[in-house]
Amino acid sequence: MAWAVFVILSVLCIGSVLAMIVSRNQAHNALFLVLAFSCLGGLFGLLDAPFAAAAQVLVYAGAIMVLFLFAIMMFNLREPAPREKRRLRTLLAAILGLVLFAELAVAGWRAVAPGSASPAAPDGLAGLGRLLFTEYLYAFEITSLLILAALVGALALAGKKEGA
Amino acid sequence: MARYFWLIPLLPGASAFVLLLLGQKLSRRWVSWQACLSVFLSFALSVIGFVHLIRAGHGAGELAKTLLPWIASGSFSSAISFVFDELAAVMALVVTGVGLLIHVYSIGYMAADRNTSRYFAFLNLFTFFMLVLVLASDIVLMFVGWEGVGLCSYLLIGFWFERPAASKAGMKAFVVNRIGDAAFIIGVLFLLVTVGSSSFAAINAAPAAGLLRPGLVTLVAILLFVGATGKSAQIPLYVWLPDAMEGPTPVSALIHAATMVTAGVYMVCRLDGLFSASPAASSVVAWVGGLTAVFAATIALVQNDIKRILAYSTISQIGYMFLGCGVGAYAAGMFHLVTHAFFKSLLFLAAGSVIHALGGEQDMRRMGGLKKALPTTFPVFLVGALAIAGVPFLSGFFSKDAILTSAFAGGHYVLYALGLSGAVLTALYMFRLIYMTFYGQTRATHPAGTAPHVHESPPVMTVPLVVLAVFSALAGFAGLPVLLGEKANWIGGFLEAVLEPAAHHLALSTEVGLILAATAAALAGIAMAFVFYRKRPDLPERTARSFPGIYRLLVGKYYVDEAYDAVVVRPLVRGAETVYARFDLGVIDGALDGSAAAAASAGKGLNVLQSGLVRDYALAFLLGAILFLGVLLL
Amino acid sequence: MIPPAAFLLVAAVLFSLGVLAFFVKKDLLTQFMAVEVMLNAANLALLAMAKASGLAAGQVIVLFVITVAAAEAVIGLAIIVLIFRQRRTIRTDELKDLRG
Repeated sequence: MAWAVFVILSVLCIGSVLAMIVSRNQAHNALFLVLAFSCLGGLFGLLDAPFAAAAQVLVYAGAIMVLFLFAIMMFNLREPAPREKRRLRTLLAAILGLVLFAELAVAGWRAVAPGSASPAAPDGLAGLGRLLFTEYLYAFEITSLLILAALVGALALAGKKEGA
Repeated sequence: MARYFWLIPLLPGASAFVLLLLGQKLSRRWVSWQACLSVFLSFALSVIGFVHLIRAGHGAGELAKTLLPWIASGSFSSAISFVFDELAAVMALVVTGVGLLIHVYSIGYMAADRNTSRYFAFLNLFTFFMLVLVLASDIVLMFVGWEGVGLCSYLLIGFWFERPAASKAGMKAFVVNRIGDAAFIIGVLFLLVTVGSSSFAAINAAPAAGLLRPGLVTLVAILLFVGATGKSAQIPLYVWLPDAMEGPTPVSALIHAATMVTAGVYMVCRLDGLFSASPAASSVVAWVGGLTAVFAATIALVQNDIKRILAYSTISQIGYMFLGCGVGAYAAGMFHLVTHAFFKSLLFLAAGSVIHALGGEQDMRRMGGLKKALPTTFPVFLVGALAIAGVPFLSGFFSKDAILTSAFAGGHYVLYALGLSGAVLTALYMFRLIYMTFYGQTRATHPAGTAPHVHESPPVMTVPLVVLAVFSALAGFAGLPVLLGEKANWIGGFLEAVLEPAAHHLALSTEVGLILAATAAALAGIAMAFVFYRKRPDLPERTARSFPGIYRLLVGKYYVDEAYDAVVVRPLVRGAETVYARFDLGVIDGALDGSAAAAASAGKGLNVLQSGLVRDYALAFLLGAILFLGVLLL
Repeated sequence: MIPPAAFLLVAAVLFSLGVLAFFVKKDLLTQFMAVEVMLNAANLALLAMAKASGLAAGQVIVLFVITVAAAEAVIGLAIIVLIFRQRRTIRTDELKDLRG
């Protein structure tokens, strides 16, 4: 049962990303990504990380992609020009991508070589919370400052000028 | 007090150092005083040392002092150490004594020049090096002095370096000397390798001790002598001396008459053990000396520049000194060195006085009738001329006679004949000079109203002249012929503490005959000069026209300079230019420019990577990440 | 039980696709989206490993990554807006000021 969900979600996710690559309309790209991220959220759930799953859907699919959509609306661009003759570069990128994939696969395979015991299940949500506020408290607080900084920065950069 | 003899070189050296550094800031007066005082103190010390040697007796009073360790390499070591023996004493007295007089004379001669501090600095520096040369206890230190005087000669010849002729003359002197020095160095290297030590004592004892095979002795001696021909202006390396007259006249007097050019003679005398051990080498020395004596005298006969005549005369007289050394009469050679120092520097300084009086004129054809106008210069000039001509009882007579008698006594009759003919020529050209300069009507040609007021020189110049004249006249009595008694040759006896004695056994009648012959030669020369240049002034012209070939050959100085230029100088210059173009410019510059160009083109090639496009940079990232991962995984 | 290896494989695929997308696309905005894809792939891998090793640290890190990615997207978009205002284009081929 879990396998079926996994396969469906994975295929959907990968498929949307492929679609994103193929499509040349930016709004379409963004929407495909929304789909992809949501599937990812599902995959997170399969990995016994409910909080991460929820955060993924809420933040990534919900907030970040919406931001992208807003930006797309602002730019109001027409269709991009037809694909140029940069075949060489695309080919090169494809090859390198394949190489990269191979390497990552090998690395991943080695990381979870069969035989390494599957230890006890993680503590769950409460455990996560505990970790956040003890071991990773410092990072937690700084991250909140980071968000504040990003907010202020964005305003400063792109906000309306005085009397503009 | 004589213990401090090692200060003799150091005092002028210190003065030179001060003048070189601070000379510009010191007053002219201070500079003159300091320069002369340092030489005077050296002279005083030399006299003290000399007296000490006399008191100590034959060879017993030798003083030695080691100042600093210098070279210590493997089994060879050389220290900076000085030695004061009879030979060194004679040289030191000449250098400091005559040097002092010339320093004083220079005060007057260079009064109008702006660069007196540089002049006196170089003069002091020269004195320092020359004294190092004569007081050195080993051949390596002597060579330091040898090179140093060469350097100072270059600096002083080219003193008025704004004149291209002076610069070129200085360069010529240095380069020609260098050729001789190359041979000298090779000789020294042979000595170091075979004898193992550079001290004169060791070298002189080496042939007897079997450290040097006869063939090697001859080779080394000849090599060293080649160096001497450069420094002392003999055939074949004499060509720089006439050109050196571009320098100030006191420089010509000091360096190119009395001291530096005699360094070669001193060296041969110092190494008398070496030269005596090789009859072949001594032969070479004597013959080169004799031939040069006559050769240079013939050229002097037709020169018109007063200083050139004296230059060729110097070359000729040094030939006599080498002739003496070559036949084994080292003391006679040294004796002539001393007397020559007196009368030649006298002649040069007096000539300087004449030139100074005429406002710079050096061509004798525009002189004449100066007898009355220069009441002090003329008599001293005459004394010098009589001395060099070998007129009896003046110094030159005794010293020249000593050499010629030794030559005859040794059976070298051809050399004797050369010497005798040289004596005739010497008297002839010297009195030609006297008559053309001082007698007759003045031939000076000046545009109306610009004739310089002909005046006698100031005392600071004439007093040294008088002193030198006195010595030129009387110094001969230090070396009277042996026929007057064994003790008569005082200087010979003095020097025999160091030098090999000359084999000298002649019948009384032969000796008297030789003396008469020498006197006759001198008088004959003077008489001929009188006829040609006083009685019948048209005769020189007619003789020249009768023998046009010979005349042109002599005036052209046997075209030696031209020959050297064509055979040696031009090919070398062309060779150097070719090497410069091919190697310096082509290879070295090419390599530099090439590597620069390579770097530039590499840069331009790599510029492709800097496209400014984010995508390309990201590609580079990716590549790097892949490689990195690959390394991690492997 | 789904082996973590499978998830890692998916993560690898997603990451490579993200790289490909970055190079294929020509406008800044879409390239930025590709970067987000890559980030997510990394998150997936992190969680897979967290499951595999039992350490909850993986999940914590993922949370932080999501948060920081959000902040980064904000700033990135602000910059893209500025570029657009200045140049009226977001096509990376035309933004070559760093050309050497």
